[in-house]
Amino acid sequence: MKEYTYTEKKDTRSGFGAGLAELGRTNPNVVALCADLTPSLKMGEFIKENPERFFQVGIAEANMMGMAAGMTIGGKIPFAGTFANFATGRVYDQIRQSIAYSGKNVKICASHAGLTLGEDGATHQILEDIGLMKMLPGMVVINPCDYNQTKAATIAIAEHNGPVYLRFGRPSVPIFTPADQKFEIGKAIQLQEGSDVTIIATGHLVWEALEAAKTLNDKGISADVINIHTIKPLDEEAIINSVKKTGCVVTAEEHNILGGLGESVARTLATNLPAPQEFIGTKDTFGESGTPAQLMEKYELNAEAIVKASEKVISRK
Amino acid sequence: MPNTQELQDLTTQVRRDLLRMVHKVNSGHPGGSLGCAEFLVTLYNEIMDLKPGFDMDGIDEDVFFLSNGHISPVFYSVLARRGYFPVEELSTFRLLNSRLQGHPTTHEGLPGIRMASGSLGQGLSVAIGAAQVKKMNNDSKLVYCLTGDGELQEGQNWEALMYASAKGVDNLIATVDLNGKQIDGPTDEVLNMGSVKAKFEAFGWTVLELKEGNNIEALIETLNKAKGLTGNGKPICILMETEMGNGVDFMMGTHHWHGMAPNDDQLADALAQNKETLGDY
Repeated sequence: MKEYTYTEKKDTRSGFGAGLAELGRTNPNVVALCADLTPSLKMGEFIKENPERFFQVGIAEANMMGMAAGMTIGGKIPFAGTFANFATGRVYDQIRQSIAYSGKNVKICASHAGLTLGEDGATHQILEDIGLMKMLPGMVVINPCDYNQTKAATIAIAEHNGPVYLRFGRPSVPIFTPADQKFEIGKAIQLQEGSDVTIIATGHLVWEALEAAKTLNDKGISADVINIHTIKPLDEEAIINSVKKTGCVVTAEEHNILGGLGESVARTLATNLPAPQEFIGTKDTFGESGTPAQLMEKYELNAEAIVKASEKVISRK
Repeated sequence: MPNTQELQDLTTQVRRDLLRMVHKVNSGHPGGSLGCAEFLVTLYNEIMDLKPGFDMDGIDEDVFFLSNGHISPVFYSVLARRGYFPVEELSTFRLLNSRLQGHPTTHEGLPGIRMASGSLGQGLSVAIGAAQVKKMNNDSKLVYCLTGDGELQEGQNWEALMYASAKGVDNLIATVDLNGKQIDGPTDEVLNMGSVKAKFEAFGWTVLELKEGNNIEALIETLNKAKGLTGNGKPICILMETEMGNGVDFMMGTHHWHGMAPNDDQLADALAQNKETLGDY
């Protein structure tokens, strides 16, 4: 079993900020827009270094998405940033028509996704955004797991010609992926090799999946752990190959079980290799105020919940 | 550069095109299309600085965005007659597998279209984005946009209006089709917006009023005046009063023909009022 350790915790939004800053230095076509949340999205470095390529739109997300779409005409690559709630639900039709259906090269950069936004509560804790975005034809949906992966993903999506939804978050989480990783859109990452159960996780739940695999290992259960950072296009081959070995799967995401990664995995398996599956995610509910750790425990989005789900799904084989 | 008679003849042919298009499929929006025929004909054939052919980026040429996408029939006809695609293709409007979708889209790769529209209120934001990029690219050409008046009820427009003046987007000429009508009736009855002029001015725009939006000479004069006002730090708006259904007597003075196609007899009547000038598709 591979050992994963970390020396530092950091927020994934800072990975976005670092990636954007690097793009500012390397890709002159990258422009950034924000709806009055630049400190929260860690966009300061890009703005400081490229003030002429930053567009502050004020608290007006619909206009921001429309402007971003228009800015692709003339060759720019707009990175439009705000909280995930305001980057999706609030502007769904703007994204649908002006970005997705129009096939525009816009990068929707969504911070503070999920429960781990914490104390601000359910108004800001969107748990439906992956579903909303993955349903849009042509939209790439990415939810990286730590600072390094978020930075790498931010840099990689500039090279992809088409709309992308990049989801990241607020809390500090362990940095366990390599700083020099190459981010390949749509390519799953095998973190642990195992034979009893497949654990497929995205975003903040990936570290929890690794912790769960350790506990399971202590119990004599061998878990195959896969990091799906790209929910769409989904690396179906990696999923199928793993479940061929293990015969069952647990999916884990900081999102409603309706419409999220779990359902994409279920569809893949149902049409290729039917297998028992358990879903770690919020159960069709809104969140609430609390610390990130309290919320992840209450809503059963942690390593402990993944262990329980793994034992259950193995029993269903 | 065409003279006004040539533009008038083209307008008449465009009317015939769009009437035949909506009649064939018994759907589409002739009322607003007829009201904006002179505007789009004038814009594309007299005002805009266009390069031959079409590329999405539109660098070093003027670009136009249609926000009220439901007037696609007139847009398609004007684009085809301007040479963006074969006029024969107008016969495929709203048919399965056509590039001429019910509302304009980039999805099928129709030359001349840079943005899908139809869901209202989005075009002005897109135009502002494109205008900002023209400035970044040191491209001195202009961005044009058309919105409906009922469409101004969509809140996104007011976000866009606020942005454009605050950031000095002065390479943009936005025209509002003030025909005073929308699906449920007169705009003043459905949701009275008060003075659109006062609102645009309060939002920091330079406003030109065009009382005769179906008069080609008046359109040329106003659009040229608007061009002359660009680069002065303020976005420019033309409030263009038009007659919905213009050029077909029984379609004028009512909102009835907003989204209704003529039947066979009505088409014959309408075409009789607009004799073929440049050859039907």
